[in-house]
Amino acid sequence: MTSRKIDPRIKVTRRNFLQSSAAALPAGALVAGGATLGAESAWAQASTLTPHTMATLTLMARDIYPHDQIGDASYRKAVAHWDTDAAASPAKHSMINDGVAQLNAESKKRFKADYVKLPDEASRVTVLKAIEAHPFFKAVRADLVVSLYNQHDLWPKFGYEGASAQLGGYIHRGFNDIDWLPTA
Amino acid sequence: MTNKLAKFDLNDDSVFVIIGSGAGGGTLGNELAQKGVKVVILEAGARFNIPDFVNDEWPSFQQLAWTDPRVASGSWQVAKDFPNLPAWIVKAVGGTSIHWAGASLRFGEWEYKAKTTYGDIKGANLLDWPITLAEMEPYYANAENRMGVNGTNGIPHLPGNNNFKVMQAGATKIGYKTVFTGNMAINSQPRDGRGSCEQIGFCFQGCKSGAKWSTLYTEIPKGEATGNLEVRPLSQAITIEHDASGKVTAVVYADAKGVMQRQKARAIAVAGNSIESPRLLLNSASSKYPDGLANSSGQVGRNYMRHTTGSVYASFERPVHMYRGTTMAGIIRDESTNNPKRGFVGGYEMETISLGLPFAAAFFQPGAWGRDFTSKLDDYPNTAGMWIIGEDMPQETNRVTLDGTLKDKFGMKVANVHFDDHPNDIAMRKHGYQQGTAVYQAIGATRVSEVPPYPSTHNLGTNRMSANARDGVVNKYGQTHDIKNLFISDGSQFTTGAGVNPTLTIVALAVRQGDNIAGMMTRGEI
Repeated sequence: MTSRKIDPRIKVTRRNFLQSSAAALPAGALVAGGATLGAESAWAQASTLTPHTMATLTLMARDIYPHDQIGDASYRKAVAHWDTDAAASPAKHSMINDGVAQLNAESKKRFKADYVKLPDEASRVTVLKAIEAHPFFKAVRADLVVSLYNQHDLWPKFGYEGASAQLGGYIHRGFNDIDWLPTA
Repeated sequence: MTNKLAKFDLNDDSVFVIIGSGAGGGTLGNELAQKGVKVVILEAGARFNIPDFVNDEWPSFQQLAWTDPRVASGSWQVAKDFPNLPAWIVKAVGGTSIHWAGASLRFGEWEYKAKTTYGDIKGANLLDWPITLAEMEPYYANAENRMGVNGTNGIPHLPGNNNFKVMQAGATKIGYKTVFTGNMAINSQPRDGRGSCEQIGFCFQGCKSGAKWSTLYTEIPKGEATGNLEVRPLSQAITIEHDASGKVTAVVYADAKGVMQRQKARAIAVAGNSIESPRLLLNSASSKYPDGLANSSGQVGRNYMRHTTGSVYASFERPVHMYRGTTMAGIIRDESTNNPKRGFVGGYEMETISLGLPFAAAFFQPGAWGRDFTSKLDDYPNTAGMWIIGEDMPQETNRVTLDGTLKDKFGMKVANVHFDDHPNDIAMRKHGYQQGTAVYQAIGATRVSEVPPYPSTHNLGTNRMSANARDGVVNKYGQTHDIKNLFISDGSQFTTGAGVNPTLTIVALAVRQGDNIAGMMTRGEI
């Protein structure tokens, strides 16, 4: 093996470029993140939590761990379980509902609109900072660090190759292929 | 294997019972079995085999880690970041020898004489070991040979991976001299019936090639092959019982079904790692031993050490792929000497480390969120990393106690792990961060991040070895000062922690202890 796989991240093809082109546009050209990611229509299937609550959690997920190369579907996937968790646990149900209400109260206080209606990330981050010590925020963040980054289909976007034993490890696949270091 | 697996009766009071099957317990179990002693190892965790290991950080953590409740308290960063996970150690047959990285370094001579060498350090409960490096040398040699430590016994060093090459280039640039791929208990060529390292990269998740030494597939099956060793998985020791004379007589444990069993014993060795071992001694308090077993000194659970640790991760313009290959792929030893001019006593190592993306997200900056944090993860493929591991100061108030309220599923009080950094620890960590940063900046790092300690993997000192019974829990053979047929066989017997990874010393002590226990048995002392 001599040819170095320089960067295993997903190559931009015309097709996936188009799919993710929103993220490549200058921020000013974007309709508010809230207008897409916060869309309640994506959550019509939620049974316990309202579409508004689920849309709020989804946008929170992007604002907590923003990666412009990750599409909305992955953030939705990361928070989807809160709906079933709320169905199973009245305590979680009220924690989420109370938390979202508190988030929106902070948002209205500062910007006179619900969190999902805030057009720019900076404003939304200001609101999140106001509640970051709350158990609701802590629970959502702590969960996300697993529910987002443990999505295997996202790993290639970060250049992480995952399991290797089934491929014989890296002994013949570039464990020592670095080619840019200064020679001693 | 020709012999049938041993199966001993609960009422057989001639068996030697070992609690825990990791580096200490697993090795001692094999040593005694080879000498013809009948041994029962009680292991709290399940028994997995190499094919069961998974190259996936969270599922592997769920499979292997001790995730039963524990409580962290004190001013250390871990208590804030991981209040219910003070330590990242394994609950399975093989113990933390499944998870360890493989670094196998001997203590320096002075590290057995910390009190003499460092003098009086305010707030530190320093003590010299009752043994010397010279006494340990034959046992180190034995341990290196059985574990297949490369750079010893004619075993070649491992080749360096990308993460090592980055560290090596930076280290060389700033003038460090002792930079190499380490003395690792990872086969660089087939040896002892085990294959060679395939540079898989999931050393912490259980080595799927079996190249890394673990008691799970070395000591334990060898012991079992004698017909003298029985390993009972899913058997969590709850209390150790004693007779009117004070000698220990049995271990009460919860079996796989949660049913309490009582295994009688001729003698008992506790090797449950430095959190569970004192927990068990404290939980065995009786009217004769109201403060817990072997605790006349009051030192059981005290002097908890966890090494001064921290990590430095650096982003570069171009790809590194630190996760490819051996996790701990190399070492810088230039800071491992005692040089108080640096502003602290004791030394530290700089060893490469890598985390997969899921654990990078969890550990790079615990609790952090927002673009500053996520931009570090966006740099993931261009990131290199090292771990700083140095000697920390034993302090009496750093201790494992039984939590006042929280109990596990068997009703046993859980361990509270209290820790405050000593000023010496803080000064050392700061120095390590500074030097690690210099290493990476020397070769063009575009961003360097100081990463706080992970949950403790090196847990030491809570049943420490002392010449004098009032200063510690065990004598120079790991035999408790108070109860002659009760032994400690894990890292909790460390008098001080030294600036090196502890496993090699744990194994060397276990081999030495096995010899001495056999002698005590022959002489009828136990």
